[in-house]
Amino acid sequence: MSVESTTEKIDRVVVRFAGDSGDGMQLTGDRFTSISAALGNDLATFPDYPAEIRAPAGTLAGVSAFQVHISDHEISTHGDAPNVLVAMNPAGLRANISIMEPGTMIIVNSDAFEERDLAKAGYSVNPLHDGSLSAYSVFEVPMTSITTEVCKEAGVKPRDAERSKNFFALGLVSWLFIRPTEPTLTWIAERFASKPQVAEANTRAFRAGYDFGETAELFHQRYEVTAAPFKSGEYINITGNTATAWGLIAASQLSKLPLFLGSYPITPASDILHELSKRKEFGVRTFQAEDEIAGIGSAIGAAFGGSLAVTTTSGPGMDLKAEAIGLAVSMELPLIIIDVQRAGPSTGLPTKVEQADLLSSLYGRHGESPVPVIAPKTPAECFDAAIEAARIAVTYRTPVIVLTDAYLANGTEPWRVPAVEDLPDITVEFATQPNGTTAEGEPTFYPYMRDETTLARPWAVPGTPGLEHRLGGLEKADGKGTVSYDGENHEVMTQLRAEKVANIVSSLGEASVDDVTGDATVAVLGWGSTYGAINAGVQRIRAAGQKAAQIHVELLNPLPEGLGEILKRYDTVLVPELNQGQLVKLVREKYLIDAKGIHKMRGVPFQAAEIEAFILESLGENS
Amino acid sequence: MTVTSVPITTRKDWSTDQEVRWCPGCGDYSILAAVQMLLPDLGVRRENTVFVSGIGCASRFPYYMNTYGLHTIHGRAPAIATGLATSRPDLDVWVICGDGDALSIGGNHLIHALRRNVNVNILMFNNQIYGLTKGQYSPTSEQGKITKSTPFGSLDHPFNPVSLAIGAEATFVARTHDMDRAHMQETFRRAHEHRGASFVEVYQNCNVFNDGIFSTITGKENRASMLIPLVDGEQIRFGADREFGVIQRSDGHLEVAEVASVGEDKVLIHNSKAENAGLAFALSHLSSGVTMPTPIGVFRDVQREEYGDQMNQQLEEAQAKRGTGDLAKLFRTLPSWEIQ
Repeated sequence: MSVESTTEKIDRVVVRFAGDSGDGMQLTGDRFTSISAALGNDLATFPDYPAEIRAPAGTLAGVSAFQVHISDHEISTHGDAPNVLVAMNPAGLRANISIMEPGTMIIVNSDAFEERDLAKAGYSVNPLHDGSLSAYSVFEVPMTSITTEVCKEAGVKPRDAERSKNFFALGLVSWLFIRPTEPTLTWIAERFASKPQVAEANTRAFRAGYDFGETAELFHQRYEVTAAPFKSGEYINITGNTATAWGLIAASQLSKLPLFLGSYPITPASDILHELSKRKEFGVRTFQAEDEIAGIGSAIGAAFGGSLAVTTTSGPGMDLKAEAIGLAVSMELPLIIIDVQRAGPSTGLPTKVEQADLLSSLYGRHGESPVPVIAPKTPAECFDAAIEAARIAVTYRTPVIVLTDAYLANGTEPWRVPAVEDLPDITVEFATQPNGTTAEGEPTFYPYMRDETTLARPWAVPGTPGLEHRLGGLEKADGKGTVSYDGENHEVMTQLRAEKVANIVSSLGEASVDDVTGDATVAVLGWGSTYGAINAGVQRIRAAGQKAAQIHVELLNPLPEGLGEILKRYDTVLVPELNQGQLVKLVREKYLIDAKGIHKMRGVPFQAAEIEAFILESLGENS
Repeated sequence: MTVTSVPITTRKDWSTDQEVRWCPGCGDYSILAAVQMLLPDLGVRRENTVFVSGIGCASRFPYYMNTYGLHTIHGRAPAIATGLATSRPDLDVWVICGDGDALSIGGNHLIHALRRNVNVNILMFNNQIYGLTKGQYSPTSEQGKITKSTPFGSLDHPFNPVSLAIGAEATFVARTHDMDRAHMQETFRRAHEHRGASFVEVYQNCNVFNDGIFSTITGKENRASMLIPLVDGEQIRFGADREFGVIQRSDGHLEVAEVASVGEDKVLIHNSKAENAGLAFALSHLSSGVTMPTPIGVFRDVQREEYGDQMNQQLEEAQAKRGTGDLAKLFRTLPSWEIQ
């Protein structure tokens, strides 16, 4: 018998799947995201997983979660607090209960709340029975037992069957939010084609979950989130790391330079190495080096040879690469350094987000060592950032640092697939002819003669006759490029290197402000992945009839032209950062404004509500 | 078809106008001369030749070669050369380093370049001392060495560079010295001919901070009795009258013996191409310092697929199988959906 459930239309929902590392929560979240993407929802995701590969099962340390925000309108964050928590075990519940607001829905796998499971999660009493969850709508679903039951008929052993329970959860949530079953069933069949028994178990579990919603008389309401109004086109759901890798491949094609990646595995950057390693048909050479220094060292060697050279890493690797970045500054070779920031210092929180490498990117090398720095603001924009970094690197012959972070790297958003012909041309020309004359009147090549506009020195690659030259870390004579210990020359070269970077022209270097009415008194200045939360916070202020401006910087060195003038228009400039105050330090120093830093170092992104509260507080002070 | 023959060059063509700034009497001068005089004979072009170095006295070398060159950072030359050589298999890449550069700060890069068999010729100038920082002990200095940083004698047991290279799975390992240009050139020539990583230890005198450290074996009057030339296909013998030979004891160890007392047929015949590295390693350990008879020449010269060639083969195979990369196709490797 089935009870008719009613359908409520809602504009957005945030669902969080939480369970043990071995419970397949990332896969479940990813599938739910894919189905929703195909339905045309806007979305943003936040995989939140532990640093340990397999922490002890059932413990808080082993909780892996995946949060997805789906909506019928444009959204920019993964959502502050979940509307629905799916907890596969007591640890999944306990680790996430603090972010659940009263009245929200919690679906638990009630089979996993035995005494031993509770103890592992640190519960002395069963929270399902002690009234501690009375503020929530709790649904107890025996996911494990139903899954093993339906799989038994297919001849699957209970131990193996149990592993399909995440598909039961996916089925149930798919029913709850009126998602079609077809895409998941097709996906299961394809993904597990070589393991028919697993495919069968997952299919049965998924169907059982879906049917449970339909028949169990537990849920009386289903929810529908309809498609968001997207610009027409073809979309895919992309992570920041994939977008970065594809941007690098595109940059290689657009510059007609072979791509070389020298990299050492490090969380959360390794997926860029993995993705590029797969794409050999693009002539991509990936070199898994013996260490971080060899990663960048090999890239510098490849850059000298005429490749579009890249190294990818995270904070600890940046520390190790510092000396080599200085070498690339001195040799003025094109090089892209991708730093997927994570919380530090030292090993810190390897899988958690932080934005604390800005100052070290600018100043973390000995000597005067200017390097352009770019920071994309959303996962999909990592694609454009990689291309722009390559353009700056090859145009100005300089290393360029791209700061993404753990949130952008693993988070996803729908990306409108660009037409290849719309991508920019970033072709570069190597030097082919001598550019000077010796005292004896012989034509010769001077590696440090500069282009008048860009101040770039010529890029002459080995194999070109007549342009043999030596580069190195010792100071070079302006123009001629021979070793020079002359103090005056060193001052000139120091200034030239600084001037070259300061005068970089970039599409990202135009300061702009989002101030609808033009008379806001509070502006929120951000950089990198905080864009989504700041944007959502500002929208909330506006929705409540108040005013706030948003300014987001994507080129951090040099800072955009006109940024100072814009900032000075506002009574209050708030600078939320996932650090102790880095951009705020730069703008205070550069523009002599009393910008106020807002800091968060909890390994998680800002919430829109936090930004909203900070703006409200400032508005209160201003009035 | 146009035949572009390699132009005939002389040492002058391979030299820059930069003033050579090693201390007068430094062994580096003779190594530089050996290389500059050898290159015209190798049938190679200046524009296709790159010298890469790290930091140290030896590392100034690229500035004096009229080729492409990189003077980089301490210890990292093998890593930088790896990126260049794998992305540009058409180039001749030479790495010039010292014992401190290659074995101390850069030890990691050296062993990995060797095991990967990247096509670079690594010439390590071993003077058993830090010269540029003015005289501290190095990873090849003998234990107990008194230097500025070890006034009570160094505690470190030294590396044997040839043993280290063989242990790191190097496919070409040789030793020569700065007092014998012909031997250097012959050794460098073979290193250049070898496709893959070649490691050559060059005993080099630092006449300021470690003068005469090798003279016990490389001095003209001592060579016959103290240097054991390794020549493929020939017995390993030395001495003014070739009266000494290297034999293998019944327990497997190698030792020096008087040929007359052990018999001619007991003397080992050198074979650098032996697949098993055991004898080459044993030969490298025949002497435990430069006060004992020491083998020079090519210890090991075996073929193994070169790293860059394998990398490029993977690219070619991928292109043959999937066609040349197409961005539009790449963007559709993830499931997409259409919005009207």
